[in-house]
Amino acid sequence: MYKILEKTQFSEKVFKFRVEAPAMAKHAHAGQFLMVRANECGERVPFTLAGWNADEGWVEFIFMVIGKTTEMLSAYEAGDALRDVTGPLGVPTEMPDGPCAVIGGGVGLAIAFPVAKHLIETGHEVHAIMGARTKDLLLLEDQFRELLDDEHIHITTDDGSYGEQGVVTAPLERLLESKAVTQVFCVGPVPMMKFSTLTAEKYGTPITASLNPIMVDGTGMCGCCRVEVDGKTKFACVDGPDFDATKVDWDDLRARQAAYRTEEGQSLKAYEEGSCACHK
Amino acid sequence: MPQVNGRFVPDMKSPRTPDNEEPAAERACDFRPVDKGFTEEMALAEAERCMDCKKPFCVEGCPVNINIPKFIEQIREKNYGGALDTIREESMLPAICGRVCPQENQCEGKCIRGKKSEPVAIGQLERFVGDQPELASKPAMKPKNGKKVAVVGSGPSGITCAGELARNGFDVTVFEAFFTGGGVLVYGIPEFRLPKAVVKREIDGLEEMGVKFEYNSVVGNIATAEELFDEGFDALYIATGAGLPKFLNVPGENLPNVFFANEYLTRVNLMKANKFPEYDTPTKHGKNVVVFGGGNVAMDAVRTAKRLGAERAIIAYRRTEDEMPARRAELHHAKAEGVEVMPLVSPLEFIAGEDGTVCAVKVQKMELGEPDESGRRRPVPIEGAIEEIPCDVAISAIGTNANPFASKIGGKMELNKWGYIIADEETGQTTDPRIWAGGDIVTGAATVILAMGAGKKAAASITKSLLGE
Ligand SMILES: Cc1cc2nc3c(=O)[nH]c(=O)nc-3n(C[C@H](O)[C@H](O)[C@H](O)COP(=O)(O)OP(=O)(O)OC[C@H]3O[C@@H](n4cnc5c(N)ncnc54)[C@H](O)[C@@H]3O)c2cc1C
Ligand SMILES: Cc1cc2nc3c(=O)[nH]c(=O)nc-3n(C[C@H](O)[C@H](O)[C@H](O)COP(=O)(O)OP(=O)(O)OC[C@H]3O[C@@H](n4cnc5c(N)ncnc54)[C@H](O)[C@@H]3O)c2cc1C
Ligand code: SF4
Ligand code: SF4
Ligand code: FES
Ligand SMILES: [Mg+2]
Repeated sequence: MYKILEKTQFSEKVFKFRVEAPAMAKHAHAGQFLMVRANECGERVPFTLAGWNADEGWVEFIFMVIGKTTEMLSAYEAGDALRDVTGPLGVPTEMPDGPCAVIGGGVGLAIAFPVAKHLIETGHEVHAIMGARTKDLLLLEDQFRELLDDEHIHITTDDGSYGEQGVVTAPLERLLESKAVTQVFCVGPVPMMKFSTLTAEKYGTPITASLNPIMVDGTGMCGCCRVEVDGKTKFACVDGPDFDATKVDWDDLRARQAAYRTEEGQSLKAYEEGSCACHK
Repeated sequence: MPQVNGRFVPDMKSPRTPDNEEPAAERACDFRPVDKGFTEEMALAEAERCMDCKKPFCVEGCPVNINIPKFIEQIREKNYGGALDTIREESMLPAICGRVCPQENQCEGKCIRGKKSEPVAIGQLERFVGDQPELASKPAMKPKNGKKVAVVGSGPSGITCAGELARNGFDVTVFEAFFTGGGVLVYGIPEFRLPKAVVKREIDGLEEMGVKFEYNSVVGNIATAEELFDEGFDALYIATGAGLPKFLNVPGENLPNVFFANEYLTRVNLMKANKFPEYDTPTKHGKNVVVFGGGNVAMDAVRTAKRLGAERAIIAYRRTEDEMPARRAELHHAKAEGVEVMPLVSPLEFIAGEDGTVCAVKVQKMELGEPDESGRRRPVPIEGAIEEIPCDVAISAIGTNANPFASKIGGKMELNKWGYIIADEETGQTTDPRIWAGGDIVTGAATVILAMGAGKKAAASITKSLLGE
C-alpha cells in the first residue's frame, strides 16, 4: 500500500497527490511516469512524476478527472492509501541547452508542468504555451505563473474565453519566427501535437513529443502502448514516452487512444450509478 | 497391488487412465479449470501401469531428471508425502509442472509403455501428489548464514532460486515489477489451465520460509545492480523472463483490436477484464477472433477468446497441426471447445473497417515445400492464394524478444546480440561473478520446468560461491 501524504486541489477537476514511496523518490527523473492501481479492482493508469523528494521519501503526481479511475481517485483523501504504485518508468526527458518552448494542451498540461519545472531548474529559458478548449479547462495556470513571468507564458483557448483565441500554434509560430526558442517540447491531444510539429518543422526547429497511448503494464511486456515512430514500432513505456515528434505517426496514435471509448463510458456510468464493486 | 513372489507386477492390460476433464461445451463458457486432475482411485490405477523400469527412459526425458519410477512406486504404496519428497528433490513446482510441462516431448515421450500402448500419465500423477503439499515433509532449513541475495523476477525461475536459497540459510529478497508474484504463471497462463491459487500457494510457502517480496519494484529503474550491492546484497539472481512481444511486421498491425497475446492475456488473467465493469480494466469481446501462432501462448489466447464469447475462434498457423509447438493436451482441449485450426496460412495485412478497428485479415495460403535445416518441410506461399478472414479481434502470438530491462540492470554482465543474458549453462553465473541469471531471459522463451531447473542450479552455485561449500 502506498499512503497518500497530501492531497492538493488546484481546481474543480485537477488534483495533486503526494504519495509515500521512498525507493521511487530516490530514482525519479523528470519525464518519467508511475503506474497506479488504486485498489484491488482497479486498472493500471500512468501518471507523470510531478515532484519527488528523496530525503522525505515521497513522489507526486498531478491528475485531471476525465473518467472512472480519475473520478474515483479524486475521492481519495490524505491518509488513504493506493493499492499499487510502480515506477519510475520510461526514459527521462532530455533537452539540449538552449531556450525551449514547452507546449501543453488540456490534460497534457499536467505532464508539461513537471517538464517545464525541470528545464527551468537545469538552466533553460522556458516559454510555456498553455492551451485549453475553454477557460475552465485550463490547468495549473497558477503553478506555471510561480515559475515564469508573464512574458514567458502564452495562453490560448479555442473559444477565446481566456488568453488569446485560437490554438497553441499561433504563439509557437511567433516564438519560432523571432528565434526566441531553439527547441520545442509538446504534450496534449493528438491534433495539437501534430500541428505543433508541422509548425516547428516549418522553421526546422527540433520538437519532442511526449506520447500518451493506453498502457497496461508499463514495462515493455504487453505491447499495448506501441506507437509508430520513423516507420518503426516502438513501445512508449520503455522506449519513450518522449519521441522525435516529426517522426510520429499521429493517426495511428489517435486511433489506438480511442480504442476503449465505449468501455470507458460504461465504466464511468457504472461508477456514478454506484453499481461498481469497490468504491474507493 | 498385484505381486508375484513379492515382486510388483505392472498392469499391462489397462489403457491409460483418461484425463478427468470438465465437459467441453460447459467449460468453454467460463474460466473453471478444464482438467480436474486424477482422483485417488484414478492415480492408483494409473500407477499400476508403470513397469518400474530398471533403465527408466522417462527420467532421461525429464529435463530435471525426476526419479519417476520411485515416486510412482510411492504412489502405489499410498505414500503420497514420500512421492512428493522424491519429486521435490529435483523440482520445486510439481503442482505447476504436472499441469503445464509438455510431457509428450519429455518424460511421457520417452516412457517405454508408449512404444506399444500409451505412456504412463506421469504429469497427472505428479500433479496428483503436487496438489497435496501438506503431505510433504517440511524442508530442513539451514541456520541463517548472514548473506543476502536479491532475486529479480518472481516467475518460476526466480521463486525456485529464492526457495532454495532460503533453505540454505540466505536472507532472500525477491523484487517483482508487478503487484503480485508468479510471472507468466499469473499473467500469461489462464486460470482454466493453471489456477492462480496453485501459484499463490507456492508464493505463500516462500513467505513462510522468510523470503521477502518487494512488489511494484522494477529493478534497473528503482535500483541498479550496483546499488543493490551497495545496499548489502552479496549476490543477484536475474530471472526477468522474456517479455517484449515480437511483431508480425505486416501492415495494419497497430489497428485497434489487434493485440499481442501478452496484452490480451494480461488484461484477463492479471487484471480480470472478464469481470469488467466490476473490475476496471476493459477488453474486447470479439465475435470472430483470429490468433496467429501455434504454441501454448496462441492456445491460451484463442481459448480465452472462446470464453469471452467468440462465435468463431481460429488458430492460424504457418505450418501444419503436427508441427505446432503447443502441448498436445492444449490443442486437443481447444478443438474440443470449438476452436478452428487453420493450418498453412501466414498474415499479409490487417484491414480496417469503417470504424477504424480491424475487420478482417488477409492471409497468404501456403503449402509444404522442401525440408529446411530443421528437417521440417518448409511452408512456401501458393501463388495467388490469398484469402480474407473476417475478424473483429486479431491476436499475434508468435513469440517474444528479450526483456529490455536486462540491459538497464547494469553490473558487468554481458548480453548476447539479441539482448539475452549470457550465463554459464551449468551454474547460471554471468560474466559478472556476483550476478547469476536463468530462465527465459537467458534461454529465450522456453518452459516452466527449464526456468525452474535454472533457478535451482543457480541457487546451488550461489551457495557454493558465497559459502565456499
Ligand atoms: C505516459 C503517460 C503519462 C500520463 N501522465 C498523466 C498525468 O500526469 N496526469 C494526468 O491527468 N493524466 C496523465 N496521463 C493520462 C492518464 O493516464 C489518463 O488520463 C487516465 O488513464 C484516465 O483514466 P480514467 O479511467 O479516468 O479515464 P478513461 O475514461 O478510462 O479514459 C480517458 C482517456 O484516457 C486515456 N486512457 C485510459 N486508460 C488509459 C491507460 N491505461 N493508459 C493510458 N491512457 C489511458 C484514453 O485515451 C482514454 O480515452 C498520462 C498518460 C500516459 C500514457
Ligand atoms: C501464455 C503463455 C503460456 C505458456 N504455457 C506454457 C506451458 O504450458 N508450459 C510451459 O512449460 N511453459 C509455458 N510457457 C512458458 C513459460 O511460462 C516460461 O518459459 C516461464 O514462465 C519462464 O519463467 P521465468 O521465471 O524465466 O520468467 P517469467 O515467468 O516471465 O517471470 C519473469 C518475472 O520477472 C518480472 N520482471 C521483469 N523485469 C523485471 C524487472 N526489471 N524488475 C523486477 N521484476 C521484473 C516480470 O514481471 C515477471 O513476473 C508459457 C508462456 C506464456 C506467455
Ligand atoms: S517435471 Fe515435467 S518432464 Fe519432469 S517428470 Fe514432471 S511432468 Fe515430466
Ligand atoms: S519409462 Fe514409463 S514405465 Fe518405465 S519407469 Fe518410466 S514411467 Fe514407468
Ligand atoms: S504498456 Fe505494455 S508494453 Fe508498454
Ligand atoms: Mg479508465
